[in-house]
Amino acid sequence: MAEVSPILEARGITRSFGRVTALRGADFAARPGEVSAIVGDNGAGKSTLIKIFSGALQPDGGTLLIDGKPTLFNSPQDARRHGIETVYQDLALASALDVSANLFLGREVRSSGLAGKLGFLNDRAMRKQAQQEMADLQIGLSSVRQPVFTLSGGQRQAIAVARATAWGKRVVIMDEPTAALGVRETQMVLRLIKRVRDAGTAVVIISHSMPEVFEVADRITILRLGRTVRQMRRDETTMTEVVAFMTGAAVEKLAEIE
Amino acid sequence: MSAPTQPEPVELRPAAPPSSSPLQRWLRAGLGANNLYILLVLIALMAFFSLISPNHAFFGTSNFLNIVWDSAETLLLAIGETFVIITAGIDLSVGTVLMVSGVSAAWVMAQTAGTPAQVTSGHFPHAGQAIILGIIAGLGVGLLAGAINGILITRLRLPAFIVTLGVFSVANGLGDLISSSGAAGQNAIPPVPDRFANSFGSGNLILGLPTLVFVSALAAIIAHIVLTRTIFGRRTFAVGSNLEGSRLSGVPVNMHVFLVYVLCGFMSGLAGIFDLARYQTVDIAGHSLDNLNAIAAVVIGGTSLFGGTGSIVGTVIGAFIPTVLRYGFTIQGVSSFWQDVVVGLIIIVAVFIDQVRRQRTT
Ligand SMILES: Nc1ncnc2c1ncn2[C@@H]1O[C@H](COP(=O)(O)OP(=O)(O)OP(=O)(O)O)[C@@H](O)[C@H]1O
Ligand SMILES: [Mg+2]
Repeated sequence: MAEVSPILEARGITRSFGRVTALRGADFAARPGEVSAIVGDNGAGKSTLIKIFSGALQPDGGTLLIDGKPTLFNSPQDARRHGIETVYQDLALASALDVSANLFLGREVRSSGLAGKLGFLNDRAMRKQAQQEMADLQIGLSSVRQPVFTLSGGQRQAIAVARATAWGKRVVIMDEPTAALGVRETQMVLRLIKRVRDAGTAVVIISHSMPEVFEVADRITILRLGRTVRQMRRDETTMTEVVAFMTGAAVEKLAEIE
Repeated sequence: MSAPTQPEPVELRPAAPPSSSPLQRWLRAGLGANNLYILLVLIALMAFFSLISPNHAFFGTSNFLNIVWDSAETLLLAIGETFVIITAGIDLSVGTVLMVSGVSAAWVMAQTAGTPAQVTSGHFPHAGQAIILGIIAGLGVGLLAGAINGILITRLRLPAFIVTLGVFSVANGLGDLISSSGAAGQNAIPPVPDRFANSFGSGNLILGLPTLVFVSALAAIIAHIVLTRTIFGRRTFAVGSNLEGSRLSGVPVNMHVFLVYVLCGFMSGLAGIFDLARYQTVDIAGHSLDNLNAIAAVVIGGTSLFGGTGSIVGTVIGAFIPTVLRYGFTIQGVSSFWQDVVVGLIIIVAVFIDQVRRQRTT
């Protein structure tokens, strides 16, 4: 079976924060039309790795390849220009602003003509598009003019996911998108992930929930202490094996056998 | 609630209201229509002072003119401060920057209006050019102070509170230095051309009101439009609501915060020009509490010190309150120092109310 070549690939990424080494050789690949999960214990470096993919952090060493070409992202805008969007672990929503303003934060729609050149907003266009986006993703909201602080955790999560999928034409990255959610809301986000994948987008998700990973992921990358210990297809592995690699049990066993 | 045509939508579950005391609930109910509430307080204050003042002098024309005039000056500072506070920042330097801008403008006018001898004797052969250069100098000093605040806060990542307190002190000292080296000698502000006072001060009343009132009103209208209708305003709220989130969303947050402090500095410079025109001198020590009056106007007006919410409409109403108190006390023969005491207490109460409201929104 011929493998689709990755849109986004990381090789030997390293990154330290002062004396803390978060990544010491992380490999990863994400392919169009597939969900790639990154798993690992707390502090394994998962969030740091995806922040490097999204341009929010820069690597100390290693290579980031987009469509096979080595690329440097100096800012989130750089990553965006390549069609890469991210749902951060803390969502990065401005809770005082309404849903529509959050969807368009950083790329506001201007009025036409002179008013637009002066920086006037076209709120009507943004609200209309936001409403459409909410409908497309089947996110129930009474109004896109609700300030985000009035929304439940699940709704906020849905807004953050909607913002990423609305703009992320090639890669959508989600850091623990279901961590704070109830069962129903989790199912909604998982359905959303599958829909985005089926549209041909590469989806990267971080999750601590093995059942969830095994439900949506096509591939699984296991990080341990800042290093990639395994990259596997979901149908080639089991939850027990993945957990063993995450915690280091499998690695120790392998070492014993050798 | 959710649209029936959408399968399995996320249910709408607004954040549950936190448990609260009756007092807090009462305060919240009153603040639902925040601006109306403050307007009522302002009207009540004015009615109160009018009733108790001898011969209702409080509502007399000259007293009224002074209140509007002083409030208009506070408003210029408070407009800049509103933008800063919405970004969750603070600018404590506005009063002394106003002062040093006024002093610089006076100094430049004295240097360019004629020879030192002419200027000291009240002759200004080149008044026209001197006025223009003086205004440019005053505004320039305001912009520069704002830029210094902005750079230190965004580049060195120092707390706004400390940076602007430092600039407050630096501006204070520089104002003293410039004034004591001026053309008129030790510890004096050089005289300014009459034409300057006539155009921007008491010499030019339109409909009985000084130019400053119209400039402040125009500034407030523009600021309101910018805050509610433009990308700049939207991002001002976003930065105050979630700085890191705004950065990750592609908002150039450092540039934005920098510009907001520059705007605040510019408004201080503008206020300095009009202060100089009104009094034809600058009260070096008299502006050290202007920052508190401006901040009082902003927080009374419902702008949150925690950032992310606020309005110019509230600030406009809020700008009258410190002034009304001062004139009210003065007419009653109460020491105007009580105004400082009361404004201090009002700020604390306003911040408490803000805190109560914030508990509701997070
Ligand atoms: N900005 C930072 N400054 C200092 N240390 C950091 C920073 N960000 C991450 N680290 C450290 O890097 C290591 C990896 O953190 P990271 O957030 O990537 O882990 P994670 O795998 O996402 O964990 P979790 O599952 O808890 O979210 C941790 O030791 C963390 O403390
Ligand atoms: Mg993490």
